[in-house]
Amino acid sequence: MAVKTVTPAGYDARQQLARLRKIIAYLVLGIGSMIMILPFIWAVGASLKTYSEIFTNPYSLFPKRWMFGNYLQVFKVVPFHLYFLNTLKITFFSVLGTLITCAVAAYSFARLRFPGREQIFMAYLATLMVPRQVTLIPTFILMKWLGLLDNHLSLILPGMFSAYGTFLLRQFFLTIPHELEEAAIIDGCGFFRRFSLIIIPLAKPALATLAIFTMMNQWNDFLYPMVFLNSEQNRTLTLGLSIFRGDVDVQWNLLMTAATLSLVPVVAAFLSAQRFFVEGIAMTGLKG
Amino acid sequence: MKSKTPAAQEAMAGYLFLTPNLIGFLVFFVFPVLGSLWVSFNDWNLLTPPAFIGAKNYQTLLTDNLFWQTLWNTFYFSVCSVPLSIGLSLVLAIFLNQKIHGINFFRAAFFLPTICSVVSIALIWQWLFDFQTGLINHVLSFIKLGPFPWINSPAWAMPSVIMVAVWRNIGLNMVIFLAGLQGVPAEMYEAAKIDGANAWKMFWNVTWPMVSPTTFFVTVTSMINSFQVFDVTTVMTNGGPANATNTLVMLIYQHAFQFFRMGYASGIAYILFGIVLILTIVQTVSSKRWVHY
Repeated sequence: MAVKTVTPAGYDARQQLARLRKIIAYLVLGIGSMIMILPFIWAVGASLKTYSEIFTNPYSLFPKRWMFGNYLQVFKVVPFHLYFLNTLKITFFSVLGTLITCAVAAYSFARLRFPGREQIFMAYLATLMVPRQVTLIPTFILMKWLGLLDNHLSLILPGMFSAYGTFLLRQFFLTIPHELEEAAIIDGCGFFRRFSLIIIPLAKPALATLAIFTMMNQWNDFLYPMVFLNSEQNRTLTLGLSIFRGDVDVQWNLLMTAATLSLVPVVAAFLSAQRFFVEGIAMTGLKG
Repeated sequence: MKSKTPAAQEAMAGYLFLTPNLIGFLVFFVFPVLGSLWVSFNDWNLLTPPAFIGAKNYQTLLTDNLFWQTLWNTFYFSVCSVPLSIGLSLVLAIFLNQKIHGINFFRAAFFLPTICSVVSIALIWQWLFDFQTGLINHVLSFIKLGPFPWINSPAWAMPSVIMVAVWRNIGLNMVIFLAGLQGVPAEMYEAAKIDGANAWKMFWNVTWPMVSPTTFFVTVTSMINSFQVFDVTTVMTNGGPANATNTLVMLIYQHAFQFFRMGYASGIAYILFGIVLILTIVQTVSSKRWVHY
């Protein structure tokens, strides 16, 4: 290959190529992100229209008559506030439980030596491959025996343990240098104080990631609430939404209001912790 | 405690720390996984005691047309949605992996559908696809192309659902690819540039091999997830029309909790497990040919 000399003309051409590439990137990303956002924007627009205006004025994002009342109307048609509180409760206790049980188990797997450790850990890893539908039916039967059907505990209890979370935290704990703990041992700290005073503060990013994942999964879960809950006052948001769709004979404007409402907390959480979400996903690689 | 050796003390602490999680693990994973297998060999409606019938549930499944159709639908969904979502998210990640203004906006935009519940998303798309009131058909009629039946047509329901699923999963895969791309050392691109490689050659000889572990990871997880498709089809089409979007997980749900055929439903669940297992093994074995660590 001939040696290239950088002439002013060649430099210009290369700069132009770089500029062209940037323009293409903006075009692709701009159009792509519009495709991602527009459905949400149109849902919000539809949620503010009257039922007939959705049909007569479909293109405009801005309604002719602003029906802010739709957002009150939804609460009259279905007990939306109950759905919110139920989902919040289930999510909160699942996140809290998962963080505690996974953190102590991960510490045990990563830092403590005991007979059978590797075998038990392999069993944990193996279950990561099992689709959760496999455990659905026996868990349902178990909850029936325990008398916990149509009780939020039937979602909270299984939600408090995560083989995946244990794996994730273990990987992170392994990266914390042993010297830090050794200093604490010399100071006479026991296992629990080393865990709570040294490991936990250092593991905040990993713990936050696990919390975000657990929150997203529980907040958005549909299959398990659909199976385990049946009375109206126990419904979660996703369950309430899907039943609301079946109840009314498709009032699209109200349905879009309900869908928009249900998204507000997640989107708010996402936007306020965006850096973390994205880095957390990149760090751990997957959901669930 | 004090009189014991340090090693015994450490083992005690180890078991103690593990106990809360291990109890949950045994009760909510190990017991159900084994229980499911046992139930699949029984005829059980939960009202009368279970009756052991051997492999009969599995035999019945072989002659169940609906089972074969849902199996086909699930494959159809996976085979289309997984490569589409991976291809598009890789392309987007490459574009996003440049010094670009508004990178946070683009990331947030692409990631937005991933964080939202599938139920809300499916509702929004159900409206957009609606035959009479849906925006997409309004636009199509405006340019004299519609209305198009979308999710009301047996032939187009699955492609519509696949579009929505791909739309939702792009953000997640894109972020994982972005992390993979940022791990590629800049020197490799510079070296390729000095060798006179064009953009395509650079992609093929540098980017692709370097992100192959990421691609492998994304493929396996996407595949496992896609075989469990349930929310989007249940809300958008409820499996219809004419079972065109009925999936394996919907079939499990219907048999277990509508017809109370626990054994039969467990059989389907185990077949799903088997398929996921085989696909993962096949991918892991074949990955040796194209994944470069």
